Amino acid sequence: MSTTVATTNTEGKTWSGGNEPLKASYGKMMMWFFIVTDALTFSAFLAAYGFSRFKFIDSWPIADEVFTHVPFLHGQELPMIYVAFMTFILIMSSVTMVLAVDAGHHMKKNKVTWYLFLTIIGGIIFVGSQAWEWATFIKGDYGAVQTKGGNILQFGEYKTNENGEQEFKRVAVKDFVIVSPTERTNHERKNGLWFVDEGTLPPYQIKDVVAGLEANPNILVRTQILNEEREKTILSREESLAAIKNNGKRVVEGANLEVNEYGSPLFADFFFFITGFHGFHVLSGVVINIIIWFNVILGTYERRKSYEMVEKVGLYWHFVDLVWVFVFTFFYLV
Amino acid sequence: MADTHKLEIFRGLIKFKSNTQKIWGVLILLSIVTAVEVVLGIYKPEALESHILGMKGLNWIFIILTIVKAYYITWDFMHMRDETPGLRRAVVWTGVFLICYLVFILLQEGGYVYDVYDNGFIKRDF
Repeated sequence: MSTTVATTNTEGKTWSGGNEPLKASYGKMMMWFFIVTDALTFSAFLAAYGFSRFKFIDSWPIADEVFTHVPFLHGQELPMIYVAFMTFILIMSSVTMVLAVDAGHHMKKNKVTWYLFLTIIGGIIFVGSQAWEWATFIKGDYGAVQTKGGNILQFGEYKTNENGEQEFKRVAVKDFVIVSPTERTNHERKNGLWFVDEGTLPPYQIKDVVAGLEANPNILVRTQILNEEREKTILSREESLAAIKNNGKRVVEGANLEVNEYGSPLFADFFFFITGFHGFHVLSGVVINIIIWFNVILGTYERRKSYEMVEKVGLYWHFVDLVWVFVFTFFYLV
Repeated sequence: MADTHKLEIFRGLIKFKSNTQKIWGVLILLSIVTAVEVVLGIYKPEALESHILGMKGLNWIFIILTIVKAYYITWDFMHMRDETPGLRRAVVWTGVFLICYLVFILLQEGGYVYDVYDNGFIKRDF
């Protein structure tokens, strides 16, 4: 196959790598081995996500309500837009990569250099966007109350929108709490038991939330249970007060591995784990691309008379893109 | 070394003149598919909310479009179209079989655990 040039001086030496069983060179074959195994790893993660989601199918967070932010556009709810942008960046960098491979087949060093450079830039933009997405998710936006059973109660009120319809709008905890003084200080190793750790204290106490809720008669509680229209259940005023007073345990803002203001903590755990593992792949892809890029500039492959290395790295890079296509669907769309 | 890439997509419906042109063609296709997914994801048409074979029609569309994208990324960007049938089958059949098996088991089990919570006596959320 003349699209894959490999001159490694092993021609004819059957037991030294000269034999190419499937007309693919040793390196390319090994890259395919790696890709198949890595694909199984990622599918195991996504299947585990599916397992947890099916387990809590009637209370899983709605991704459209979680990822609504776009950089520089504060306070606007634009679900999907930024993720779509990230997907496009990654597909675009896949295209520049495949163009670099193509230029390599024609031994055009300058073109390979430029296309590989653009690929690296695309990868960096993607990883940066992912970091921003993480930061936004960790910070959270409205805050919520966690119950004794570990469920999440969110707040909102009915407002009339521009079409004259009643619409449930979320209200941030910090906008209605009545803060009361507290004696409780953060436990540190130096002022208490030296062998006990404590995380950051919640920003407000439950009684602050109760006071705020009683002072604002229009605010209602929304549970994480999905109703028949696949929307979160909104409690009546009496139920809202009772839910917070009887079951409220602590105020939660944002998401981490332990709590998640958007719903099940498992959602946050899988989000961090899967997108983190993918982001790590992109990061290592960028590093490998940079190494190969320097090799291209130094003329290593020009002297080798084959740009097969670019092709092998390209396979890895496309695989990372392929995984993202699935992560995008199962985390943000379905 | 002339182009020996296979330059047809859609079973020969579209033929490209060069490999570079094919790459841009595939990019346009992938962009259209992604745009369709995003628009459907934002507007969620009522007509597609009904359940077909135990899942929302919209979700079936998303999954099928994802597989379409995966096909073109593998076949054209990763040059699977140009590899020998042996390599292609070794990679695709192995992956597809194992992934389908795993997904089936885990989703089945997840649904079962949900039923236990829903109908049984266990109520603890963990």
